[in-house]
Amino acid sequence: MLSQRLIACLDVRDGQLAKSIKFVDTKDIGDPVEKAREYYLDGLDELVFYDITASSDKRNIMLDVVSAVAEQVFIPLSVGGGIRSVSDATDLRLAGAEKINVNSAAVQRPDLIDECAASIGNQNVVLSMDIRRGMPSTELPSGYEIVINGGRTPTQIDALAWALEGEKRGAGELVVNSIDADGTQIGYELVLTAMLSTAVRIPVIASGGAGKPEHLYDVLTAGKADAALVASMVHYGTYKVSELKHYLCERGLKMRQSW
Amino acid sequence: MTAIIDYEAGNLASVQRACKEVGLDARLCADPDALRKASRVIFPGVGAAGSAMASLCKHGLDEALHEVIRNGVPVLGICLGMQFFLDHSAEQDTPTLGLIAGTVERFDFANASLKVPHMGWNNLLDCAAHPVLADIQAEDEFYFVHSYYADPEDSAMVLARAEYERTFAAAIGRDNFIGTQFHPEKSGRVGLRLIANFAQWEGSC
Repeated sequence: MLSQRLIACLDVRDGQLAKSIKFVDTKDIGDPVEKAREYYLDGLDELVFYDITASSDKRNIMLDVVSAVAEQVFIPLSVGGGIRSVSDATDLRLAGAEKINVNSAAVQRPDLIDECAASIGNQNVVLSMDIRRGMPSTELPSGYEIVINGGRTPTQIDALAWALEGEKRGAGELVVNSIDADGTQIGYELVLTAMLSTAVRIPVIASGGAGKPEHLYDVLTAGKADAALVASMVHYGTYKVSELKHYLCERGLKMRQSW
Repeated sequence: MTAIIDYEAGNLASVQRACKEVGLDARLCADPDALRKASRVIFPGVGAAGSAMASLCKHGLDEALHEVIRNGVPVLGICLGMQFFLDHSAEQDTPTLGLIAGTVERFDFANASLKVPHMGWNNLLDCAAHPVLADIQAEDEFYFVHSYYADPEDSAMVLARAEYERTFAAAIGRDNFIGTQFHPEKSGRVGLRLIANFAQWEGSC
């Protein structure tokens, strides 16, 4: 039987690990390569790197980080942040990333999803969506809106419609990131996650809001997510990866237990 | 020399890195004559069967691979590489290498609650006694990403099984070649163990 996955997201800025609260006020918290190795050895199922480097001249630092991590971490690696073309995706794949996360650039130019899927395979294209709760309206039937540029720019695009379009265009997986929940540590956005996970046929990764082990349990059951993404919970040493997985196993979920 | 067959079929660097981690010096190989000289071969593959098979044949690597297998060289197929051991794939209606009788079929898409691809970590249901699978337990989990599964006619060719909606072949092989549906290079410590076992394998069961 397929296990549900625990994924850690490392926000990397200029080659250093950073963590944001509600997408602003980021602070650096360490070496991403060291953290990645630590989590891998502690049983993490998958790693996501998100490049939040602002200046394009420092973007190549990310390739070095990915390459250094791929040398010593033998689980799937996914990279996102600022990917605008198949060529960006290919560079990261050659550096050692399995999967490529596209976000804002795909909203601005949806063909990016098709192009990446054709070039690197659907299963390696992850559509990452930053989503804010609003009021249901004609433009936003689901009541959830896609926002881009790190949460700063609303788009008037309905989250459900975009998830379905992304799947149709060839995304192999979705990351559902709730801007409302991000960094709050009060739990994932369960209604949103369940709505999107039941609407699509591809795996859904829940992101944003995890603060306690039961939040992971909730999103992997009521939230119908295939994988739960954590950041702050493990980065500051509050919980260990293995501890979270043991907790979820004890609550009856199937997680990879030996590594 | 260990050759990793390079036929534009995906991310070979991760396979190469995993080999390096277990002390196996493996080189990417796109040339059929170089492949014929290899003492050990890894046959990876991601992407769609039709285009990958076309690329393999275009470079004459299919013939060279048949030859090294006939010559008793140990071969490890990974994911699509493993699926190519069979006769035919339903993906893009593709004739494949025909080393093991059987076909490659798609997971049942009529089942609306089933997510396809089968993506993530899954345990084995059973695991045959085979040098490449030494010290691997049925409950060990490996990383899978695939929408199609191998269905050999002769169950004796199935070396390990896993389950996703149905029971399917997680590892197949005979004589000097073995294939895994999962990605050992992305399956942590147990995956590295499998690659280390392959590095020591003489090609007999």
